[in-house]
Amino acid sequence: MTQVPAEYYQLMEQLQAVDFVLVELTLYLDTHPGDQQSIQQFNQFAKERKRLKKLFESQFGPLLQYGNSYSAYPWNWSESPWPWEV
Amino acid sequence: MWVYEKKLQYPVRVSGCNPMLAKFLIEQYGGADGELAAALRYLNQRYTIPGKVIGLLNDIGTEELAHLEMIATMVYKLTKDATPDQMKAAGLGEHYADHDKALFYHNAAGEPWSAKYIQAKGDPIADLYEDIAAEEKARATYQWIINMSDDPDLNDGLRFLREREIIHSQRFREAVEILKDERDRKVIF
Amino acid sequence: MNPHHKAYNPYISPFDPCPPIQTKTYSTPPHLYMGFQPLNLEQFTPAEALRAGTLWKPFFDPYFSPHELAKGGGQS
Repeated sequence: MTQVPAEYYQLMEQLQAVDFVLVELTLYLDTHPGDQQSIQQFNQFAKERKRLKKLFESQFGPLLQYGNSYSAYPWNWSESPWPWEV
Repeated sequence: MWVYEKKLQYPVRVSGCNPMLAKFLIEQYGGADGELAAALRYLNQRYTIPGKVIGLLNDIGTEELAHLEMIATMVYKLTKDATPDQMKAAGLGEHYADHDKALFYHNAAGEPWSAKYIQAKGDPIADLYEDIAAEEKARATYQWIINMSDDPDLNDGLRFLREREIIHSQRFREAVEILKDERDRKVIF
Repeated sequence: MNPHHKAYNPYISPFDPCPPIQTKTYSTPPHLYMGFQPLNLEQFTPAEALRAGTLWKPFFDPYFSPHELAKGGGQS
């Protein structure tokens, strides 16, 4: 079985960092719905996460399924490694 | 519905094979103040709370599921290649006899998870105060586990989870203020 | 002492069998003093925020075990 390359971890952590900002801003905006500047920051990071998702998936396969990511042939969603395995 | 993402919230690592730490850590998997209890408590309360704070319960409840997966990853890695003798020496003989290496929703003392751990009173203030208390209790549990752990990588992940309890507690405290209708008075423009 | 810890001295009896812990500490993290979060709090970079567990610097409260503190950890 082949192991994931070092770039997997690097790219994954970049995505985790951007997504973490989005989690923090989501909870913050749930109690601060009128903070326009934070909404601007949120939308800017949402755009960046789209870019990183595309980049990651082009190298390591789909992050989401049920149609929220495209599939290669053959179906590669259910391939290892899963997040707890890496 | 929920959509699974093939990614942990935080890059979890552990430094060594250490089933004894897994035995302690399972407290945050299936214990009274653990991540399963947290996720189910908030997601269940959201049906009967004023609209202004449903979103917050929804989103914190969802983040707790990500934390549950982080704890599972830690336990999985700490025990993955441990021998039956190592499991036994770590006090996990009883667990091994019933479950091998499978994870199970119980606390560090082996008590199975129970819905008795989580309340839904239907009174918004009572429910949010329970949520604040749950976050502080989970924060304390992380402290006690960090105190017993000599695994620097594990502690790094546990520190992240402890900090999240602080932020969730902050947001629940803000939710109480919103329901008290004091929000506008406190925001400085 | 870390500003997010407080200390107290428990009563020590001559009949306490374990060597007494003179000073006990407990956590009082920054959110206890925040009130409703004000706008424009200072932020970490995304990479730092992930490692810290929060986007906002004033909420950051790293917790270290006695082992880690003895090894000179917890300075970050």
